[in-house]
Amino acid sequence: MNSPAVPPAVGTALTPTGYRVTRADLVRYAGASGDFNTIHWSDRAALAAGLPGVIAHGMLTMALATRFAGEWSGDPTSVVECSVRFQRPVMVPDDDDGVEVQLSGEVIDVIGDVAVVALSAQTADGPVLGGATAHVRFTSAMGG
Amino acid sequence: MALNRDMIGKTCTSPGFYVVGREKIQEFAAAVGYTHPIFHSAETARDAGHPDVVAPPTFAVIVTAGSAEPLLFDPEFRLDYSRVVHGEQRFRHTRPITAGDHLSTRSRIVSVRDVGRNEIVETETEVLDRSGDVVCVAVNVIVSRGTAAAEAAL
Repeated sequence: MNSPAVPPAVGTALTPTGYRVTRADLVRYAGASGDFNTIHWSDRAALAAGLPGVIAHGMLTMALATRFAGEWSGDPTSVVECSVRFQRPVMVPDDDDGVEVQLSGEVIDVIGDVAVVALSAQTADGPVLGGATAHVRFTSAMGG
Repeated sequence: MALNRDMIGKTCTSPGFYVVGREKIQEFAAAVGYTHPIFHSAETARDAGHPDVVAPPTFAVIVTAGSAEPLLFDPEFRLDYSRVVHGEQRFRHTRPITAGDHLSTRSRIVSVRDVGRNEIVETETEVLDRSGDVVCVAVNVIVSRGTAAAEAAL
């Protein structure tokens, strides 16, 4: 196994990155995760639930946040802990463009070989996650 | 109607094992756009010191999402699912989940609190491998909208 390494310093910013989510992605994530809640594929169901339209699975947004943190560290298995509060639903229009979720972040603490990263996920409507963090473990073989 | 606080501390365990398959990991990874070969190739995963294909972070939701349902949907709890939204989610791993893992879960209602008009329910789920070791601890917070006792009595 790789030995522990010193993570990037507190204040290090992660390069903001956009992730596109379409209705097709919601279908694929529903199948992959087993979450077949109708508000994630049916406008009729979403409206009946008081939503303006179909929304993304909160867990899909969380997965994008951890993917962002893992891509930053260079080791996708380095995200040992992640935590989010679901602040606002992500509306996904039924078109080819879908919605872009913008991820950004900053190292807010370093505990041994682990960087604690505060993550922010936004769409054009505003922040979708609150208090989102990832604990990213750094080892000597890692890049980035 | 307010939630039954007598359910706090109650636990439940999954009846059998969820066997983690390579193809399921690949399907999940593709759905979120995790393209790194460690999530798709057993050879890459083994070269990195893992027994088989590695599951991405949040994959554990597949086993944790329904793990507390015997507690939450117990009529004694009085939860109206139509009023529930997912508030928070946390995963803390001792090791990554990999293909071949036989996973079981042990869930507990940790707390039920009033926050304004709402009730907030926190459940904790331990995800165990076949030898009984904890692979991951998941904390799930749901919001039961408008059911806080003071509001319900109006």
